[in-house]
Amino acid sequence: MGKYILKRIIAGLITLFVLITVSFFLMRAIPGGPFSPGEYKKTPPEILKRIEDSYGLNDPLHVQYFRYLKNIARGDLGVSFKRLDSSVNSLIAHGFPVSAKVGAVAVIASLTAGLTLGIVSAIRRGKLSDMAAMTFATVGVSVPVFVIAVILLYIFAYFLRILPTYGLLTWKHYVLPVACLSFTPVAYITRQTRSSMLEVMQQDYIRTARAKGVSEAGIIFKHALRNACIPVVTYLGPLVAALLTGAFVVERLFAIPGIGRDYTTSIGDRDYAVILGMTLFFGIFVILCNILVDIVHVAIDPRVKLEK
Amino acid sequence: MPDMFDPVPISERDAEEIVRPSLPYWRQAWRRFRRDPLAFGGMVVLCVIVLAAIIGPMLSPYTYNQQNLANGNRLPSLSHLCGTDKFGRDIFTRILYGARISLSIGVVAALISSAIGVLYGGIAGYAGGKADMIMMRVVDILISLPSLLYTILIMMFLGTNMRSVLIAVCFSAWINTARVVRSQVLSLKNQEYVLAARLCGANGWRILTRHLIPNAIGPTIVATAFIVPTAIFSEAFLSFLGIGIQAPMASWGTLANEAIPMMRESPHQIVFPVLAISVTMFALNFIGDGMRDALDPHLRK
Repeated sequence: MGKYILKRIIAGLITLFVLITVSFFLMRAIPGGPFSPGEYKKTPPEILKRIEDSYGLNDPLHVQYFRYLKNIARGDLGVSFKRLDSSVNSLIAHGFPVSAKVGAVAVIASLTAGLTLGIVSAIRRGKLSDMAAMTFATVGVSVPVFVIAVILLYIFAYFLRILPTYGLLTWKHYVLPVACLSFTPVAYITRQTRSSMLEVMQQDYIRTARAKGVSEAGIIFKHALRNACIPVVTYLGPLVAALLTGAFVVERLFAIPGIGRDYTTSIGDRDYAVILGMTLFFGIFVILCNILVDIVHVAIDPRVKLEK
Repeated sequence: MPDMFDPVPISERDAEEIVRPSLPYWRQAWRRFRRDPLAFGGMVVLCVIVLAAIIGPMLSPYTYNQQNLANGNRLPSLSHLCGTDKFGRDIFTRILYGARISLSIGVVAALISSAIGVLYGGIAGYAGGKADMIMMRVVDILISLPSLLYTILIMMFLGTNMRSVLIAVCFSAWINTARVVRSQVLSLKNQEYVLAARLCGANGWRILTRHLIPNAIGPTIVATAFIVPTAIFSEAFLSFLGIGIQAPMASWGTLANEAIPMMRESPHQIVFPVLAISVTMFALNFIGDGMRDALDPHLRK
């Protein structure tokens, strides 16, 4: 198992290195640069050059690249070119806890709702509740997150006026953002749980359990669910990625001061340094989550080790 | 006791009888597709949307960028079916123009990225060995990160216009097709007919393009069908963030993005574009599901 984890970590590091390199050269190749005379018409060119020098933008490309690598290795993701006095690290330090709080609630909500719906629809296969759950799952898979967000905002905040639309003060503030973020993941988890529950319930050991007189609840929760959960665990990696993507939209719409909003703001400002730094941060975060999920997968499913 | 077991009457003749005529692959697939109400309904809806996108703007008395400030922020009425935006532009007309943009991005992106995916996956699967391993490592690297991150970086690099949206979307959309084609080719390349073709002197390229890829066509088409909604979604998402199609051009994502600040006063401005996106995504996903059931030979009865 140690060897497997090591292999995963090395693969993650390679991915990260490729991401750093590609995004560094892409950003440097953008015509104009952050302090181009086109954008700062009133600033004399000498001053612009001084600014560029102070950020090291006039050094040879490879010097900049290795300096960037060294800084990343030290945990420094760079400084903002547009918002003075703020570095990518400080933006993340402020925004990440906020996003993580909303994200964690969304993970718990998606897992609870998705597993419940999936189990119910698998047990009551073909019944009305199954059809309702599967219809919901289809809706959730095909409707984009910003559409959900707009519809929920309209119904609950403008039409019924029972939920606040921005900020994060009380539990009520969490309801709409979490609902938007979890919508698509719940649909995926429901589908996944349902199909793997249906498969597991056909297995011989379930028949054995039934034959020896285990109650139906015991069969479902003790015998079937444990194995049916395994594919759901592998979805946790993509889940984190989906929440991250969702956060770009949700934090913007609900004015939540998290990293998703900082990211979309810097896209609007064309603040390349922040975009680059945050992309790397997201990349590291997703890769770490994937490795973690793989480790959990190996730990709970001994069959994986045999295949490798 | 013996009367508890009734013999099941099976006439030998009935068992030998061929119940339905054997149909060619495509006819059979089409028959299955037609019988799936969701898929067929999705197709009807999609046809309506495509027709509206093609002829709608010609029939409309307004254009997508015709402003009329005196007539801004109007509610839906007979002269403006979906109301007007803050510049007095007719939202229904803009949605029709948006359908052109969104649908063409979906179709073109699907064609380009499935061509790339088929070639990449086909070559990786047929070549096997080291080449396959390296090519699949590249794919592993690409899929281990959310594709939106690449897409945003590419949009920053190329600037915001329709061509860059296409490139950015295609950059990640081919991967699934490549994996599907590779696994198909891997399982097909040891079949006898490939050996026969090789014995007849066919080279690798010919075997790949004439024998292997045509036999993997079903799953490939299914993978391609799902690229269309993904591409439309990505375009809408990028435009929604403000880095996709730029105003005054109107894609559905741009329309939704422009309407956010007006949401409190005139929510209809955001509701209609969002409905257009949802209905199209539904139709495309149902069609994709239907095609998967119709074309996947494993599910054949």
